[in-house]
Amino acid sequence: MVRAEWAIFEEDYWAINNVLEDLLKSSRSGFVMLIDRTGQLISQCGPDVEFDLTSFASLCAADFEANYQLAKLIGEKDFSTLFHQGAQDSMYLGKIAKGVVLVVLFNKSTTLGLVRLRVKRAMEELDGIIEALYEKLEYRNEEYDAIDESFTLEVEAEIDSLFAD
Amino acid sequence: MSLINYSSREINCKVVYYGPGLGGKTTNIQYVYEKLAPETKGKLVTLATEMDRTLFFDFLPLELGEVKGFKTRFHLYTVPGQVYYNASRKLILRGVDGIVFVADSSEARFDANIEALYNLHDNLKEYDLSLDEIPFVIQWNKRDMPDAIPVDELNEELNPEGYENFEAVAVNGVGVFDTLKCVAKQVLRQLQTA
Repeated sequence: MVRAEWAIFEEDYWAINNVLEDLLKSSRSGFVMLIDRTGQLISQCGPDVEFDLTSFASLCAADFEANYQLAKLIGEKDFSTLFHQGAQDSMYLGKIAKGVVLVVLFNKSTTLGLVRLRVKRAMEELDGIIEALYEKLEYRNEEYDAIDESFTLEVEAEIDSLFAD
Repeated sequence: MSLINYSSREINCKVVYYGPGLGGKTTNIQYVYEKLAPETKGKLVTLATEMDRTLFFDFLPLELGEVKGFKTRFHLYTVPGQVYYNASRKLILRGVDGIVFVADSSEARFDANIEALYNLHDNLKEYDLSLDEIPFVIQWNKRDMPDAIPVDELNEELNPEGYENFEAVAVNGVGVFDTLKCVAKQVLRQLQTA
């Protein structure tokens, strides 16, 4: 297979969550989340949000991807972080290993400087976790056992019932 | 690039609708959105121009029922069909798990189909991918057009590889679910063999 499948295991999930929780507190942000390059939500931390999180994650990934192309056009290798400033709420996005993106939402109860400082440390920690996770994926194929023939057949039946005309 | 999250027990896959401008990609997704029960679908996001042409992409998340404790989600994307939006098209293809090519059956758009197919091959190549390794389904849309080319002829000219294909009138929903079902099942099969 040429395409790299990837998976998050229980222990990695909690390691990621711990970093996100620390970041939320230490930066005094409102909400943090981790998404992969295609906009799939990996983990989130903070109070429930009122907007659609799946759409938000997908648009964040597209935002990062568009800015990556912009960087290339002007001769930069990448924009490793992005900042969007609003009247009340702002967003700070940072790129981690393997195209994973950290998204931080914050308001006036903190400052951009503090967020940037704390994000830098969190990004280093997450880098290590994600890199280790990819290494592990090469040796832990047995974990994919959940996706077997009977699973596929059941999901196919789900697809048939969902899309019944 | 499907993501399996063993902690939250979720499987996420990305399906992209590709094809020439005004071929009916957005119409496909809109039909799916309108017909599905609220609990199975998320918000439909459309980044379009004032003229309702897709500028960046449309996005619709779908959620299947739980199987063996796992939730399966499909994220459906469309790309902008207009030729000059290729940069956007390319970036939507990143991490794609399955592709639906929505072809316009009318004679007048025959060349546009060819151009879009070539463009798809070129853009996939940039990610070191080819249609041989990605689930791929063709939809012959707009079968109700008076100048629609016969399907045999379309298959001969545009689908010599014999990829699975469906006739459709997406605006009335004809063929929309069949196409999506087919690509979704192929993506699952690929996941199992990955």
